[in-house]
Amino acid sequence: MVSYTAPLDDIRFLLYDLLDYEGQVAGLPGCEEASRELVDAVLEEGAKFCENELLPLNRSGDEEGCAFENGVVRTPKGFKELYEAFCEAGWNGLSLNPDYGGQGLPKTLQFVMTELICSSNISFGMYPGLTHGACNALELHGSDDQKQTFLPNMIHGRWSGTMCLTEPHCGTDLGLIRTKAEPVGEGKYKITGTKIFISAGEHDMSENIVHLVLAKLPDAPEGSKGISLFIVPKFLVKEDGSPGARNGVACGSIEHKMGIKASSTCVMNFDEAEGYLVGEPHSGMAKMFTMMNVARLDVGIQGLGLAETAYQSAAAYAKERLQGRSLAGPQQPDRPADPIIVHPDVRKNLLTMRALNEGARALALWVAIAVDVAEKHPDDARRQEADDLVALMTPIIKSFFTDAGFEVTNIGMQVFGGHGYIREHGMEQLVRDARIAQIYEGANGIQALDLVGRKLGQNMGRLLRRFFHPVQDYIEEGMTKPELAEFVAPLAKSLSRLQQATLWIGQQGLKDPEEAGAAATDYLNLFAYTALAYLWCRMAEASLANLEGDRAEFHEAKLATARFFFQRLLPKSSGHFSAIMAGKAPLMEMKEAAF
Amino acid sequence: MKVLVPIKRVIDANVKVRVKADNTGVETANVKMAMNPFCEIAVEEAVRLKEAGTASEVIVVSAGAAQAQETLRTGLAMGADRGILIQCDSDPEPLAVAKLLKAVVEKEGPELVILGKQAVDNDNNQTGQMLAALLGWPQGTFISKVEKTDGSFAITREVDGGLEKLEIKAPAVVTTDLRLNEPRYASLPNIMKAKKKPIDTMTPADLGVDVSPRLTVVSVTEPPARKAGVKVASVAELVDKLRNEAKVI
Ligand SMILES: Cc1cc2nc3c(=O)[nH]c(=O)nc-3n(C[C@H](O)[C@H](O)[C@H](O)COP(=O)(O)OP(=O)(O)OC[C@H]3O[C@@H](n4cnc5c(N)ncnc54)[C@H](O)[C@@H]3O)c2cc1C
Ligand SMILES: Cc1cc2nc3c(=O)[nH]c(=O)nc-3n(C[C@H](O)[C@H](O)[C@H](O)COP(=O)(O)OP(=O)(O)OC[C@H]3O[C@@H](n4cnc5c(N)ncnc54)[C@H](O)[C@@H]3O)c2cc1C
Repeated sequence: MVSYTAPLDDIRFLLYDLLDYEGQVAGLPGCEEASRELVDAVLEEGAKFCENELLPLNRSGDEEGCAFENGVVRTPKGFKELYEAFCEAGWNGLSLNPDYGGQGLPKTLQFVMTELICSSNISFGMYPGLTHGACNALELHGSDDQKQTFLPNMIHGRWSGTMCLTEPHCGTDLGLIRTKAEPVGEGKYKITGTKIFISAGEHDMSENIVHLVLAKLPDAPEGSKGISLFIVPKFLVKEDGSPGARNGVACGSIEHKMGIKASSTCVMNFDEAEGYLVGEPHSGMAKMFTMMNVARLDVGIQGLGLAETAYQSAAAYAKERLQGRSLAGPQQPDRPADPIIVHPDVRKNLLTMRALNEGARALALWVAIAVDVAEKHPDDARRQEADDLVALMTPIIKSFFTDAGFEVTNIGMQVFGGHGYIREHGMEQLVRDARIAQIYEGANGIQALDLVGRKLGQNMGRLLRRFFHPVQDYIEEGMTKPELAEFVAPLAKSLSRLQQATLWIGQQGLKDPEEAGAAATDYLNLFAYTALAYLWCRMAEASLANLEGDRAEFHEAKLATARFFFQRLLPKSSGHFSAIMAGKAPLMEMKEAAF
Repeated sequence: MKVLVPIKRVIDANVKVRVKADNTGVETANVKMAMNPFCEIAVEEAVRLKEAGTASEVIVVSAGAAQAQETLRTGLAMGADRGILIQCDSDPEPLAVAKLLKAVVEKEGPELVILGKQAVDNDNNQTGQMLAALLGWPQGTFISKVEKTDGSFAITREVDGGLEKLEIKAPAVVTTDLRLNEPRYASLPNIMKAKKKPIDTMTPADLGVDVSPRLTVVSVTEPPARKAGVKVASVAELVDKLRNEAKVI
């Protein structure tokens, strides 16, 4: 069994001591209720639910997986009851619109809960996660009538949602999709085509499944400009709002896959299924992107969630597993060997995990607060600013967190030695579950292209300034504080390299887009390390100020982790910098036939 | 029928408790606190009585530090209607709590008081019994079932070797055992509603109760660590060790 307790201490430190949750979020219109007291109560209950209900079904769900028989998908034992309890307790609608039955709590809280859910049972979390994304898209783009028909049931969870983009011949390049939509009058369309890899496409937990489907109208322009978005419910909705006749959409089979085995991944066949257009014709890509942007952040958090469980389990194991003697002489002479936590290499592993996790969590919550500000702040300029930061950081969170999620879960397995590789301890499941997050919601290479190709140049570099300016200001101020020197100096170096690389990519990319493409992934990683350095610096500062307080142990550990980050992890960013500056030649030189 | 549920804030049952360096007690600073699990069962039972239409109002009451307010909110989020905080400077002893509760009972006039059979911090297992004695009410301890009948309560008690079924006259005090029910998770809407439910704050002086301690803690220590075992060569050696070293035979 993995060990997991929701890291509420760290979360409270970030929200209240570091990021000024109360000043930034609790004061926003619509968030008045979400006081610190309420947030604490919600998080405590949420943690209890995840630890006691989600976690116990994680390994059994993995062992059993989903079953497909006669077009019906059966989720593993206990999932249906768990889902019902989850919805009844209101977790499904945590941050969704109260006009349609949601709880309307801040998105920041949703980020935290998503982490806890992914740490406990990521396969289960897929189902409400997909519904959440679909609700966001409908809320923003659906007609009043569509919202009334679908949102209350979806926000409750009684009906679940999906996003149907991928087809057998296209995943990344959605311009190639072939699913057709034919108008049949009265705002109705007949949808025909095959979608694959559809998460939660079919299952036995909800009364109805509402598919959001990308398809092409007969008069559609070529490519991604010709895609429209449709609602296709599994059961057509009757006049009284309840599910009625079966629609022409059915699950053809489910995939057998590496991880997230309790999450169904379905082939969905649409055969003249009744669908309803969302918004204007041919505007589907843009609409899907609003859903995908939220989903991309969520997927980033999946990486963090799994990585946290891996760290906690590995740390507990390292304190108990007796193997070898400390190089500094026996630490526990009365026992046959010392616990492996005495070994420098094991400590390096544990601290790598911890520094990446805590840095990622800080970055995630910094951006989460910006999501709330972007949505609710009364001042246009503040909203814009926050929105820019979220847009800039989204590909970084998606890609870096999920790469780190895989790396950290893998290190976790290493700490367990052979006992990590066998199934019994649950460590290999974490690795398998983490792997998909690097692929779906836009493969990580595509995230890097989004950062370099779209976000860098957007509005003459305005998005970039939302990061560079506050960090520069912070560094300037930090330079005047001698106690921060050990943290600020490497941050400043990292930022200046990032700026240099940005300039280089800007210049080279204009001349030759392949140069930008060749630099993209290393650039994203360099950016991520710099962002983590910024947050680690701020965390170190907050902890230095609290060393005398009654939580000294917490802050001492924070500082030790900060020092590890700056001295042993951040140097990795130099490698990324050198790789960027080497340019595309080493990648493009070799002839295709030689591969 | 009004139901009063006294609840206690204790160190979370999952936390490893540490003894203070000066041996005066256990470390509570920065330790995760939660509602005593037996008290959770008491709140759950009261809320179920209300949902069944048997109870008209559920009042949770806690005597302790100001932070006990959070524990009361948890009770309110589970479905209690209002709370009473009796703010004390130090942790009141069972007898003091029983006296405070007696004063609250006299003010509120509940027909049923449901307490946890004990709190997992000190395992005293006294407060319910003392309260019943002070009030001169019937008591039903360690119950696994309670039903209101005409003017009395039909209860089932868990006793050594089986179950005991009794009928006790209302008003009464009962204390919960583990198998009475399985407490619910508070739902999000109820957590939010709980914020708006009233909590009355008062002091022991307001209730005319003297809570000064009557017990003196001499010292609190960790249980001795288990020593490593030894292998004996023969039965004779074992018998010898049991007789002369352990002095148990
Ligand atoms: C378990 C699971 C669940 C999923 N859930 C859903 C779902 O709910 N809904 C849904 O619609 N889809 C879903 N998917 C599909 C997923 O989003 C796609 O697999 C993903 O977008 C990648 O598409 P692809 O598999 O066709 O790979 P391809 O697009 O063929 O990509 C293959 C590789 O080529 C690279 N590549 C492709 N194009 C470029 C380019 N222009 N520049 C640089 N590199 C490029 C990619 O980075 C990738 O490494 C799911 C997939 C899985 C496995
Ligand atoms: C599929 C499989 C097949 C196997 N086949 C065989 C086989 O055929 N024959 C056989 O005899 N064994 C076999 N093994 C066992 C395998 O060789 C051991 O699992 C491996 O040697 C690690 O030992 P351990 O699992 O006890 O991990 P541990 O020794 O407990 O190590 C745990 C972690 O602590 C670290 N660590 C331990 N000591 C130190 C130290 N002194 N300094 C720094 N770090 C340290 C390790 O690097 C590791 O990360 C197999 C294992 C598996 C999973």
